[in-house]
Amino acid sequence: MKASTSRSTIKLEVTRYRPSVDSEPHDQSYEIPCTDDMVVLDALNYIKDRVDGTLSFRWSCHMGVCGSCGVMVNGQPKLSCAIFLRDYKREPIHIEPLTNFPIIRDLVTDITDFMTKLKAVKPWIIRKKEKPLSEGEYRQSAEELERYHQFSGCINCMLCYSACPVYGLHPGFLGPAAAALAYRYNLDSRDQGNDERQPAIASQEGIWECTFVGECTVVCPKDVDPAAALQRSKVATAQSLLGSFILPRASGKSATEGSS
Amino acid sequence: MRATWWLRNPRYFLFMVREFSSVFVAAFLVLFLLQIRGLRAGAEVYQEYLERLHEPGWIAFHAVAFLFAMYHSLTWFDLTSKIQVVRLGRTVVNRRIVAGLNILAWLVVSGGIFLYWTRG
Amino acid sequence: MASANRTSVPRIEPIWWALFSAGGFVSAFLVPVHLFVNGLAVPLGWLDTDIASYARMSELINQPLVRIYLFVLIALPLYTWAHRFLFTVQDMGLARFRKPLAVLCYGSAVTGSFWAVWILW
Repeated sequence: MKASTSRSTIKLEVTRYRPSVDSEPHDQSYEIPCTDDMVVLDALNYIKDRVDGTLSFRWSCHMGVCGSCGVMVNGQPKLSCAIFLRDYKREPIHIEPLTNFPIIRDLVTDITDFMTKLKAVKPWIIRKKEKPLSEGEYRQSAEELERYHQFSGCINCMLCYSACPVYGLHPGFLGPAAAALAYRYNLDSRDQGNDERQPAIASQEGIWECTFVGECTVVCPKDVDPAAALQRSKVATAQSLLGSFILPRASGKSATEGSS
Repeated sequence: MRATWWLRNPRYFLFMVREFSSVFVAAFLVLFLLQIRGLRAGAEVYQEYLERLHEPGWIAFHAVAFLFAMYHSLTWFDLTSKIQVVRLGRTVVNRRIVAGLNILAWLVVSGGIFLYWTRG
Repeated sequence: MASANRTSVPRIEPIWWALFSAGGFVSAFLVPVHLFVNGLAVPLGWLDTDIASYARMSELINQPLVRIYLFVLIALPLYTWAHRFLFTVQDMGLARFRKPLAVLCYGSAVTGSFWAVWILW
């Protein structure tokens, strides 16, 4: 423990917005005791428990799995449970709700739009016809798993939506996480739902608004690569379309990983 | 969202630089096309065009355009290595190796064009 | 508007994107060396000025394969410009003018391609 070098208190500026009291969001300062092992979420919990019980924020697991505690920390989207106070040298630390989402109260945002988009890409295994149980499970080789595994780590924390300027500018844009999950299921050898997902993915507001800024991949706490998924989906969609001009019947399952 | 969003984050800014490299590349190619048009119009017109290229303003433009073109090339190889999945048997080739091979190919191609263009 | 767009899969967008992508590839591989030779090395005298002389360039241009090569070199990156320029200016606050800007950008690229054919052949 380097207790001697750490500070004993820390200043935070937290966005407050209570629709019944405030006409618009404003900052509120807090100074609380802190230790080296505290994450931002610990500080928020300290405030709520001991300083100001009216502060609202979402959290659940405190271990980077549930994806519900995303906030902006000094302007960057972060999981508040996965980011240490000690890593921020400058005070106060600014804590705001995730950008690009409407605020409901304090740090709590309205995620309806994301939920709608998530459902639109049908992120589950789709079978044209389910195999009867007696025929056993859908088997998958290690290589087949490896093809999509990287894209399956998404915890729906929406940090990528906050990082994405295209989503900020075009609220209709499908967005990084939904596109990555669509791609993940399209790549799954057990899945046959490519055609059902295609309308949501290949539409103007599906993948084509993406300009490959790449910030979604930078901020992802689970090392998913939504930017790659989006670009590979463009390659696959363009290839299948150009292919259908040459061979009009050749469309269909085209879960390409991208040209190689 | 403000129109100045790309000034907020250095990565957004570099993205804008990358996108605007296309303006310089396209401007150079249009000039190059005009040079070829001069060539079609005869020796005198072409000579005038060639002499204009010596002016400091045009040298400066080409120097800046060259930097943008190089930035486009390097970012392009970086980005495509994130999209391309190259497999060798059961393993996926590391994307840095893919980008490196692309850059190597780029150098070879550029060398070839250079030799053909400057020596025939 | 959003829901109407979502159900229809555009057929033209992937084509613009494919042209953008092909142009980006051409720009990346071929443009720096031409820019260096033509815009810097010859005017600055680093290379023999004869390289860009009327006689030598005419001889190059008269080869059919060189003409096809020059067409690819010049035309495809215009679509990369059109695509990137359209998306960036729209994302810098001109989203209202998306339609006319698209016509202007892609239209310029198409016009440029025909212009290149006109000049080269």
